[in-house]
Amino acid sequence: MTRTVEHVVCPTCGCLCDDLVVEVDGTRVTQARRACPNGRTFFKSYDPTPRLPRVHGREVEWNEAIAEAARMLTQARSPLIYGLSSTATEAQRCAVELADRLGAILDTTSSLCHGPAVLAMQSVGLPGCTLGEIRSNADLVIFWGCNPAVSHPRHFARYSLPPANRRSRVAVVVDVRPTATSDIADLFLQVEPGSDLEILTALRALVHARPLSARAIGGVPLANWEDLAGRMKSCRMGVVFAGVGLTMSQGRDLNLGELFSLVAELNDCTRFAAMPMRGHGNVAGADQVLTWQSGYPFAVNYGRGFPRYGPGEFSAVDVLAHGEADAALIIASDPLAHLPSSSAVHLREIPVVAIDPRESLTTRIAQVVLPTACYGLDAAGTYYRMDGVPIRLRPVISSARPTDEQALQQLLDSVVRVSAGAVPTC
Amino acid sequence: MLGILNGRVYDPANGVDGQVQDIWVQDGRIVAADQVPNREAAEIFDAAGLVVMPGGVDIHSHIAGSKVNAGRRMCPEDHRADTGAQNGVTRSGGGHSVPTTFATGYHYLEMGYTTVMEAAMPPLLARHTHEEMNDVPLLDKGAYTLMGNNRFLLGCLGHRQKAKARDFAAWLLEASRGYAIKIVNPGGVENWKAGKRETDLDDPVLGWDATPREIILALADISTELGLPHGPHLHVNRLGQAGNASTTIRTIEALDGRRTHLAHLQFASYGGGGRHPLRSAAAEVAAAVNANHNVTADIGQVVFGPTTTMTADGPLEHTLHQLSGSKWLNNDVEEETGGGVVPMNHARRNTVSALQWCIGMELFLSLEDPWRTFLTTDHPNGGPFTAYPEIIHCLMDREFRSQMLSSLPDKAQSRCGLAGLQREYSLQEIVIITRAGTARALGLANKGHLGVGADADIAVYAPQLNWSMMFRRARLVVKGGRVVVRDGQVVAVCPGHTLCVTPGWDEGILPSLREHFEQHYTVGFDNYAVQDDYVPYCEVIRCK
Repeated sequence: MTRTVEHVVCPTCGCLCDDLVVEVDGTRVTQARRACPNGRTFFKSYDPTPRLPRVHGREVEWNEAIAEAARMLTQARSPLIYGLSSTATEAQRCAVELADRLGAILDTTSSLCHGPAVLAMQSVGLPGCTLGEIRSNADLVIFWGCNPAVSHPRHFARYSLPPANRRSRVAVVVDVRPTATSDIADLFLQVEPGSDLEILTALRALVHARPLSARAIGGVPLANWEDLAGRMKSCRMGVVFAGVGLTMSQGRDLNLGELFSLVAELNDCTRFAAMPMRGHGNVAGADQVLTWQSGYPFAVNYGRGFPRYGPGEFSAVDVLAHGEADAALIIASDPLAHLPSSSAVHLREIPVVAIDPRESLTTRIAQVVLPTACYGLDAAGTYYRMDGVPIRLRPVISSARPTDEQALQQLLDSVVRVSAGAVPTC
Repeated sequence: MLGILNGRVYDPANGVDGQVQDIWVQDGRIVAADQVPNREAAEIFDAAGLVVMPGGVDIHSHIAGSKVNAGRRMCPEDHRADTGAQNGVTRSGGGHSVPTTFATGYHYLEMGYTTVMEAAMPPLLARHTHEEMNDVPLLDKGAYTLMGNNRFLLGCLGHRQKAKARDFAAWLLEASRGYAIKIVNPGGVENWKAGKRETDLDDPVLGWDATPREIILALADISTELGLPHGPHLHVNRLGQAGNASTTIRTIEALDGRRTHLAHLQFASYGGGGRHPLRSAAAEVAAAVNANHNVTADIGQVVFGPTTTMTADGPLEHTLHQLSGSKWLNNDVEEETGGGVVPMNHARRNTVSALQWCIGMELFLSLEDPWRTFLTTDHPNGGPFTAYPEIIHCLMDREFRSQMLSSLPDKAQSRCGLAGLQREYSLQEIVIITRAGTARALGLANKGHLGVGADADIAVYAPQLNWSMMFRRARLVVKGGRVVVRDGQVVAVCPGHTLCVTPGWDEGILPSLREHFEQHYTVGFDNYAVQDDYVPYCEVIRCK
């Protein structure tokens, strides 16, 4: 029998579209109406069938797997906890507590995507807003180094370029190559790779009406940049969406710092906002939870009993490449698939515990695999949209597996029992 | 069962002023001595020579939510020096002006505070506030729901739909799990979004048929009609600007008897402006408050040192950014409010900071009724809440205060009336401005006193060389009947309650609300209201 569930939230990307209509037949999703292709695949491919955990490739009972994972993590001198961008804040809170109790190094996928945007924010600030302000008020929308037509397909319709007032706004794309997003732009500025910092610096100068002698910047004639600077100053409300094309190319946090400074200065003459185009569904939530519990958004080392912050030192890529982690707990992420090979190699050499609803390259090499339920499909939990708006995900099918939160809580209880004895509570 | 015996008890709500008494606790409440069945079995704390009072109640503090966390995230430099390790009981973490959630709970408890109100919650981001508050251990907490720039409300006021506005306010309080109506720069944030930098009490709100005066009066009437235990909680227009005292005084006059709490009055008591330098207008503002018994106020005292400013008053933070050149975070929230964060150093040698310190002190000493005057720093805007003991020292010790004053720039000393004020607060008055009075203003009948039936939230202090040392670390703190602090150290943790109100509303507003959400919000109406899961320790405070 088919059931229909309305107002369903899609946890796939930072858009967190909350208007899906999902049809469920038994334990499988058969239709995910209004979802983008990414979301449809996410909902329809999910198989909630209960699976047993594995220890060293052998299927075992849940408690045995938890005990073995706790043993591995407590025996390690410097365990790494990594991932967290596709799990709910309820699980992230447990993960940070676990890192605190273990004295672990804690990092999220932020360090691989928008970590440089965080560093820029820490150096110059960040004028932002929620997506609804943009939907209602923006008349200049700039996509810089991002391709939401592919990565966030419903971003245009729901937030940045809604059909109802598409004609009253100008869409600008700055990128190194034509993309599906530049195809729908009113203005496309194709720039030379690695020239973003120079361009942004020039734009700041132009906004301040300083004369520039260069004829072209980043391979684009100066007149085009003068035109863009003029549009930025004269719009009613402008916004720049910044993608990993800015954070992960030459300049990295400097690119973002220059961009955020430009946007802050534009607020002296008009209204302007910037927003990192966050990818994973709850990577924004991971930043938030780590910050309120440790003070720092990613790359945190609890090794001395208190949190220390060290991007480039305590980030997963560096900790693994330098061989500093001697065990790893991977939550809702597949680092073996997307870390640089120098880091991935070390991950193959140390004991790994993987908590994930799906099989991945990482679960294949992990010594302990804990198959959990999937937030938004068969588990309830909180995700934070790319603009920081928290939304509750509701399950559409009944759960047959523990959630990440339950798995982590059990692991925490087990670790506390093994290491420090009972914690006094009242 | 617990007995705190032979202490000098300060319980102004029940007329006890330093008499030696025994306090008995059972099942989380204060009980009469003759109600304790077998006292031999009770845990006994000998408080002989010690000072016993109700747990502190902070009426205005920014401890949890989106902009607090934005301040933490933007300022790693704030956290490095003040971090504690985990010890099996407590979690690690810290921070000077924006501590982590756990450290916030521990530091308040160590000072003897047991209840803290989060001063500004944007309804769209309410889940965030509640998630963080759930990670603030031990303290009872409530949050004020921001309404002064809400577009649905502006629409109701423009169409003179008072009943609809009232139902909406009640619905929004319940949907966000808030405790009181908060008004921040009414109409001014909405105007700033439309490009207007400054908004005074009778300026138009662009695009709406309403003025700040109308917003304030409507929300004050709504608070009364709904029987809310507190509020409205008002951050006035033109906060932080030279010459704003006239706006503040006109606002007090406009209220005309309506019960209202004025937040961080120090930031609203400035003279000068235009071509004239900043000067204190504390005397004029205090006179207006003294004459209007419907008004309560917390001070928002500035303390010297680095801090992080944060407010839903977006234009104010932009101005601070322009003045200071410090990094600036802004977060405009669709349909509802704004928000900004700017780090700031209140330097003793800076005339403006010094004058702000003087104006706060002058207000404390000029406001005549301690039951309507409350101690805050508008944490962390004026400085971190951990500075409360030092402020108490200044209030109780004229010598100490005049030493502080004499160390400040001459211009600051000469532009205020502090030097002429000789008043010293008594210990009983301190208990009123930090506990008894705040609990009363919040409508918390079970807090802020030690009478039979009160929540067993109790702080015990040891007399020290001076008042700051005494109040910095409590000798014993009991929260909900359990001993959670001994000798200034947290010895046990448990969750605190989330204080909420459920004023009730007419379902007739739902169709137009739904339509409003479909047109203007990026979150569906059915996904908007905060679910029960976010307030697992909810305590509903009854409306009158």
